[in-house]
Amino acid sequence: MTQKAEPLPAPAAVETIAVQVDGRKILVPRTMPDPLTARPVATTMIQACEAAGVTVPHYCYHPKLPVAGNCRMCLVEYGTPALGPDRKPLRNADGSFVIHKSPRPAIACATPVSPGMEIYTNTPAVKAMREGVLEFLLINHPLDCPICDQAGECKLQEYSVEYGQFASRFVEAKVHKPKQVDLGPRIMLDDERCILCTRCIRFTRDLVHDDALGIVNRGSYSTIAAYPGTRFDNNYTLNTVDICPVGALTSKDFRFQMRVWFLKETKSICTSCGTGCNILTGSRENRIYRYTPRDNDAVNGSWMCDAGRLNYKWVGREDRLTEVKIRGQRGTWVQAIQEIATRLKPATPGRLAIVASARQTNEELYLIRKLAQFLGAATDSVLRAGEGDRLLVNADKNPNSAGVRLMGLAGNPPGSNLATIAERVRAGEITSLIVIGEDVTQQGFGLETLRRLELLVVSDILPNGANEMAHFVLPGCAHAEKRGSFTNVKGRVQRFMKAIEPPGDARPEAEFLGELWERLIGEAAPASLEQLFNQLARDVAAFNGVTWAALGDAGVTVPLSF
Amino acid sequence: MIVQRKNLSFWERLYLPAIWGGFKVTVRHFFKKKVTMQYPEERWVVPEGYRGAPYLVRDQEGRTKCVSCQLCEFVCPPRAIKITPPGPAVDPGTGNVEKRPREFEINMLRCIFCGFCQEVCPEEAIFLMRDYSLTGANRKEMIYDKEKLLALGGVHQDRIQKWKRKQREAEAQEVFKPAGQPVGHDAHR
Repeated sequence: MTQKAEPLPAPAAVETIAVQVDGRKILVPRTMPDPLTARPVATTMIQACEAAGVTVPHYCYHPKLPVAGNCRMCLVEYGTPALGPDRKPLRNADGSFVIHKSPRPAIACATPVSPGMEIYTNTPAVKAMREGVLEFLLINHPLDCPICDQAGECKLQEYSVEYGQFASRFVEAKVHKPKQVDLGPRIMLDDERCILCTRCIRFTRDLVHDDALGIVNRGSYSTIAAYPGTRFDNNYTLNTVDICPVGALTSKDFRFQMRVWFLKETKSICTSCGTGCNILTGSRENRIYRYTPRDNDAVNGSWMCDAGRLNYKWVGREDRLTEVKIRGQRGTWVQAIQEIATRLKPATPGRLAIVASARQTNEELYLIRKLAQFLGAATDSVLRAGEGDRLLVNADKNPNSAGVRLMGLAGNPPGSNLATIAERVRAGEITSLIVIGEDVTQQGFGLETLRRLELLVVSDILPNGANEMAHFVLPGCAHAEKRGSFTNVKGRVQRFMKAIEPPGDARPEAEFLGELWERLIGEAAPASLEQLFNQLARDVAAFNGVTWAALGDAGVTVPLSF
Repeated sequence: MIVQRKNLSFWERLYLPAIWGGFKVTVRHFFKKKVTMQYPEERWVVPEGYRGAPYLVRDQEGRTKCVSCQLCEFVCPPRAIKITPPGPAVDPGTGNVEKRPREFEINMLRCIFCGFCQEVCPEEAIFLMRDYSLTGANRKEMIYDKEKLLALGGVHQDRIQKWKRKQREAEAQEVFKPAGQPVGHDAHR
């Protein structure tokens, strides 16, 4: 029972009308919500075709943007019921409507459907029109696919193969437009490849409300440009690279880095803030090359912010922790887990504290909660506040602060217990400290404080200030190197998949925490992540009734009780 | 299955007739034209269209023809080709081509000389040439890098010169004059 996108604000019972697409009868609602205002607007032919499972090629139309109707690629033929002198539809002998075929084609993206309408997308005339439109679009196209980053995911390539004609009849010299136009800090524009569909203009004007782009010049010399003296530099510019159907807008970060057909795309979640945008991680041979947004109307629509999108380079950093360290010496996982368990076992309740991180997955936090309950440990996590905006960026820079609070591991507000814990360490009341994924030296635990501890276990991904002092350093995994789930600020639990292998001896935290559980508690930890999550959902009240399988690609919203 | 071993006849047991028969063949060939080639001093003349080792070529202007599209890397059945794309930094030496490989390696130990790379190349930058005997003292030596491949490949007489023509067309326009980037001449690199 995969829960789909949350229902849109109460659409009143919409009247359905019957239309035919290529001979297939379907019922479509008379109106559909407008992508921007959610007000009901008439259903268009392209939406009806999509409902009928018929592909209509298009460039300028985008389901999340206002309709422009300028590319003419979606031209189709259609007919409507003929009316008699009494303004009633005429009927054939078998009771069907007499269809009056329109003498002219219409653009499917901007023409509303009407009852009894028949749409023809496969006639010789439609095929000829598609060929003609493609021929016009290709007149000034440079055909530089070998050096174009869009090659492989380019609509111009795809439609040329599917609907175009094989040879070019154009013998005149092409207009060569500028090739490396610096539009903004993250965007490079290649004007030659642009087909002037204006998707980028509409996106930044109507969704981001930064009216930065426009078309200048006329005819064959039309080009996309930023307003003179300004740069296209809002925090959502890279989405225009995704929606650009051709290779005109390119990401300066991804430019000439890797051909897209080599990239393995893994469903994942952005970890840069509490919104939890759904993403695809593009990786090849254990290296991440890019993040792209993945559709989820309940969270991020089809978009993500530039800051989150470019925040992947730390995963491949050279100074990642790759070795298990036992008192500064390289050790093995078996040794480390065994020793930690032996030293934790006699710990009396109240003499241990655990600092968890809101960057960890629900499953890892559940294991920490189990350990904390068993050992009677004081717990807290770290608050990471930043700036948010009214679109996607959240002020909470932790990907799972809701998770850490639902598990009962954080103070209220998160981080408020840290000072008390530090004080108790200094007083000698707390003698053991486990820190996972955070740098406690930044949270009021000075090196002097840490020196008083009898046992300090630190697990992290990148070097951290407490590593020197730690008796045990356990290298962990980035989200791209393991599976798990995060709970975003609105309580949506979303899972992410493993894209690449962790470096060196690094292991997913859920694995070694599970081993620690087995050694300490003496019962078998769940053998797989699925079982672990399902057990979590049974144990933690907020997650009751959710299963790993039910999370699906879009996630499930759980009630936030704090 | 049991194979019956026939006993030799009297004539066969004589032994000498077989020896004579053998000598007759030897003597006959002794006076015939020699067919053995004294390899490696003498070398075989490779026929036209022979598929030897793949090398990279430059065009008449000394430009590396490869634009790092990585189609050969994709199509290569034994995965012998490894290309490092140039990355986003603008390289003024590339002119209007914008792109060329930072590194291009062919592992000649893996290469099966199938010619798919030459067939798929949209820029006519890689050709299977006549070298059939590749040797090296170790495995590392058998991984040919860009410099070596270009040196071995030499110059290809390109009749189309697509990029140069584009540059000329752009320069002839009245609007959108290109910034005067040079075409080719990356030999100085």
